Amino acid sequence: MAITATRPTGAGKPTGPGEASTASARRRRPVNTRRAATWLLAITSIAIGLLMLLPIIWMVFTAFKPESDIVSAPPTLWPRELTLEHFVEVWDRIPFARLYVNTIVFAGSVTIISLLFDSMAAYALARLPFKGRAVVMVLILLLLMLPFQVTLIPLYDMLNGLGLTNTLPGLIIPRMTNAFGIFFLTQFFLSLPKDLEEAARVDGASEWRIYWGIIMPLSRPALLTLGLFHFQYNWNDLLWPLVMSSSVETSTLPAGLALFMGQHVVEYGLLMAGSLLAMLPVILFFLLIQRSFVAGIATTGLK
Amino acid sequence: MLPAPVLRERHTMTTTAERPAVKLPPPKRRRPALRVSGRRSLTAWLFLTPTLLILIAFTVYPMVQALYLSFTDYNLIRAAEWVGIDNYTELLSDSAFWNAFGNTVLYAVVVTPVTVVLALAFALMLNQAFHGRAFARTAIFLPFIVSLGIIAIAWAFLLDPNIGLISHWLSLVGIVPEQGWLSDPRYAMAAVMIVGVWKNVGFYMVIYLAGLQSIPVDMYEAARLDGAGVWQRFRNVTLPLLSNQTLLVSVLALIATLQAFDQIYVMTRGGPFFRTETLVMLVYREGFQELRFGYASAISFVLVLFVFILSMVQFGYLRRKQVTY
Repeated sequence: MAITATRPTGAGKPTGPGEASTASARRRRPVNTRRAATWLLAITSIAIGLLMLLPIIWMVFTAFKPESDIVSAPPTLWPRELTLEHFVEVWDRIPFARLYVNTIVFAGSVTIISLLFDSMAAYALARLPFKGRAVVMVLILLLLMLPFQVTLIPLYDMLNGLGLTNTLPGLIIPRMTNAFGIFFLTQFFLSLPKDLEEAARVDGASEWRIYWGIIMPLSRPALLTLGLFHFQYNWNDLLWPLVMSSSVETSTLPAGLALFMGQHVVEYGLLMAGSLLAMLPVILFFLLIQRSFVAGIATTGLK
Repeated sequence: MLPAPVLRERHTMTTTAERPAVKLPPPKRRRPALRVSGRRSLTAWLFLTPTLLILIAFTVYPMVQALYLSFTDYNLIRAAEWVGIDNYTELLSDSAFWNAFGNTVLYAVVVTPVTVVLALAFALMLNQAFHGRAFARTAIFLPFIVSLGIIAIAWAFLLDPNIGLISHWLSLVGIVPEQGWLSDPRYAMAAVMIVGVWKNVGFYMVIYLAGLQSIPVDMYEAARLDGAGVWQRFRNVTLPLLSNQTLLVSVLALIATLQAFDQIYVMTRGGPFFRTETLVMLVYREGFQELRFGYASAISFVLVLFVFILSMVQFGYLRRKQVTY
């Protein structure tokens, strides 16, 4: 009696494993309510999950529906008929292959180059004591807080003067390094043990050897996470390619699809097939390295 | 910058370790120390060179240029003409600016707390053990990964009055905007807000989940022994111990909402009647459609100050409440 009196009896509260083993008539009810609560929790969570996925699920189904099915009332989620016509058509109606290549080249090269430059800078900031380190660090932190939209107009003006608007290098060059990437990797490098590199330094290894041969291999998970960050950020970006390119041909997928949507009478199935194809690489990339990506976010969150 | 003793200590350690291997005559302490650290310094700057060149050329310089342009009249064709603070005084009496300013504040003030609270609620739910948890976590996080500009096309269709599934479902419960969700001045902002919350809530949830997992279990045990109920444990244990995450998530969410653009551009183009035109939308319209580069730069500077001041205020406020354990 005394024990139950001091114990709170909140519904669904987790209890220690020791308690369940004690056979007692009074305990049976809380165990049942706990099980019911777990079921309720599971059902609610799965419902929320499905609701969150609704736009993506709907997009997938609509991409396979014939146009007549899409516009027939009342709208349904489930396709009444399946067709691949939109996936065939999309390559002709929109310069889709062009957009795809542009996006792969843009997001791919930005990711690789930025990982290289970010990690080099981070290595200097985390491992090489030098005069002016504090100044560089403050600069990086300030740039981290700067909304990039403010540089949009002068940047466009500058690249226009250089004849780089409507070109891929124009899209890529300003993105070749990234304040967040430098900050993220600096934090990660600082957390790595120093024994290995001290040993290498004693053996006379150059700083480049230590950076490339020791630090980089040790940082694979962080580099993968940051790589996905860079890749998805640039693959998904709308404003930057929208500003930098004046036609669908020189654009990337998000900007190209938005421009197409604005210019043509809405063709639902076609746009959904294009959108699905455009989102696929990022979703696949994410599902492949999901574990280390989420762990990476978690560590930045913990600080 | 490292304090001098640390530098010296590290150096002596290296030389003493090197000496037996290289068999050099006993070194004169001072001079090599200076040379080595000088070379290290040079190496550091070499490692930083590509990054600094790019950052200065494509971020710092444009930033300064934007400040200069905001005091000029410039349209890409004519040379920039110095007009002093005219752009800023024009802002103050420009109803389009105040409209965009108000829309941005409204968007930020609604979307930030809703997203943060939902993220915490989802994290608390998905921190329990049950079947289907992994699915729910991935499903809630996935919108963060996909392109907002692209998925906003699907959202626009879902809310379409004729073919939209969500419009249809909502009409079944009696919610029928007269001209469709995105063309109705009363509902368009709500629609783009919902998409904004939907997009980012999973990201903040993951940060909260990491925070929850770092709370020591004995904290809860102790609270339970003291007779704390579910709500009290949440209020007095979970919430204070998550204040680091709340700080981070709120700052990130606020900054993101102040820069809202993608789904608005795709779903409403700032309409109907400029009801969803945010500051970034206005910068885009004034800059790249009206070609008023000077004026658009002035607007973008308001955004910079706004983002900067707000993140400082929020940082300072939450810093005081921060708990370490």
